[in-house]
Amino acid sequence: MTLVLAAFAVWGLAWALNGRLANGPSRGTMPVRIAVPLLFGLTVLAVWELLVRGLAVPPVILPPPSAIAARFAENTGVLWQDFVQTVLKGALSGYVIGVAAALITAVLVDRFDFLRRGLLPIGNFVAALPIVGTAPILVMWFGFDWQSKAAVVVIMVFFPVLVNAVAGLADTTVMQRDLMRTYGAGYWQTLVKLRLPAALPFIFNGLKIATTLALIGALVAEFFGSPTQGLGFRISTSFGQLAIDTVWAVILVAALAGSAFYGAMTLIERAVTFWHPSQRR
Amino acid sequence: MRPVLTVLLALLALWYAACLPMNLREVLTEAERAGVPILPAAAVDRIDAATIPLIVNNISALGGSWSQERPRLPAPHQIAQALWDSTVAEGLFNRKGELSNRNLLYHAGTTLFPTLLGFVIGTFLGMVLAVGIVHSRAMDMSVMPWAIISQTIPIVALAPMIIVVLNAAGIQGLLPKAIISAYLSFFPVVVGMVKGLRSPDAMQLDLLRTYHASPAQGLWKLRLPAAVPYLFASLKIAISAALVGAIVGELPVQQGGLGAWMLAKSYYGQTAQIWAALIVAAVMAGLLVVLIGWVERRTLARMGVPA
Repeated sequence: MTLVLAAFAVWGLAWALNGRLANGPSRGTMPVRIAVPLLFGLTVLAVWELLVRGLAVPPVILPPPSAIAARFAENTGVLWQDFVQTVLKGALSGYVIGVAAALITAVLVDRFDFLRRGLLPIGNFVAALPIVGTAPILVMWFGFDWQSKAAVVVIMVFFPVLVNAVAGLADTTVMQRDLMRTYGAGYWQTLVKLRLPAALPFIFNGLKIATTLALIGALVAEFFGSPTQGLGFRISTSFGQLAIDTVWAVILVAALAGSAFYGAMTLIERAVTFWHPSQRR
Repeated sequence: MRPVLTVLLALLALWYAACLPMNLREVLTEAERAGVPILPAAAVDRIDAATIPLIVNNISALGGSWSQERPRLPAPHQIAQALWDSTVAEGLFNRKGELSNRNLLYHAGTTLFPTLLGFVIGTFLGMVLAVGIVHSRAMDMSVMPWAIISQTIPIVALAPMIIVVLNAAGIQGLLPKAIISAYLSFFPVVVGMVKGLRSPDAMQLDLLRTYHASPAQGLWKLRLPAAVPYLFASLKIAISAALVGAIVGELPVQQGGLGAWMLAKSYYGQTAQIWAALIVAAVMAGLLVVLIGWVERRTLARMGVPA
């Protein structure tokens, strides 16, 4: 009971402190902008820990964060192998192939008006579909190893990147294109020097959406069959053993991988499209 | 319309052509059993043989490519047949007069209700949180970064676990799947709504201040109406996310639904049935997005937004 009360006390205190910080005189400064969300995250963890212990929630339903951290620390070897299998082999290779295919298709669609009118409506439609559903079929075709996961990822990332890239390639003004023409630039020069750079902010938008989709595709495809490693495999087998803290440790790995992947794309975007207004500070 | 049809026809032709290499080995084995001479004759030699010479040498024995019992790639007409068989021809009710679980439409309904319920719950909670974020600096600064980070996490991977945990806690049926759908549709709505609620410019906010409007009036008369276009854009993302959530949520608990159907059929290699379920899911997603688009147009027209 005291632990439950402590949880409420921690919550109230942290919330009051956050309120002071967020409305205080130094609210715009960098330390405060980092401290407030960090404090909130730590508070959630503390409240979780205290409530689980105070209410004696069985660890089969919800383990406390400390148990998850301990499990994470003791299983780093296995989790690293799972990470390599799912993220590096499955998600990343599929991501690269899917993005490359989408960019090439986008240039073709942009070049031939017939494809724009014929392929793009279909692409837009497919982008809204539950593509995860193709996972069982692709696992059947490409076997249980990472190739089938990469195939699911290719299909999942293809359409968002395609749609964004096509929108980006159309994003030059008549004035800019006329300028290229007065320079005597051909189609390829205009493409490489004007339109691809102009399309980059859009392409990166698609690339960032695709990072999450890639991980989702690789993980969910493992539920339909996988070798004896991989994050999705670990989730489903740990479930069978009711080792819920391991499941949470795997999810922590997936979360870290997802954030790192997204963060890396954001950093590349900042380096490549430094000239765009949205990157100015 | 004509380019779309042309591309669709081309895709269909490509599909029929792809059935040849995809089903090649099984078709040749069947033809061999039926007594047709095959080159090379032994099945062992065919395992490592290149695909194109195999097709060219045995072109007359490939008639079965589009009519196999359990093909790796079913031809479109086989999928259409499976779709017809498992929806219209199957009959909605079984002999006991209950809804038949052999009918694909029953499974589509089993998936649709948690999707809609979760979508409504997620949208409502998302809007409430967005209003809170816009009105409280502390909430904005503490919650918003986590909401954005959570977008980068493959949340769907959590779905099977949530289902099993809720099952252990005695909650079954519609609600666990709806919770996953709600969770997935929640964040797109929060992000879009916050953007929308912040979209009125300083001039408009100043005008309300000169009218001496209270924060509540500002919310109802300016911020919420301004957020409606943003809200609808997020709703379209949220509804397809909700559908994916419901389908994935059906994988661990085999109690009906399109996800359970696909997993069960994948165990038995009934590919045509999997494709049929995919098509049903696709049509459902398409219809839901079109429905939201229709509501959007009606609402915006009533609000006087120029189309």
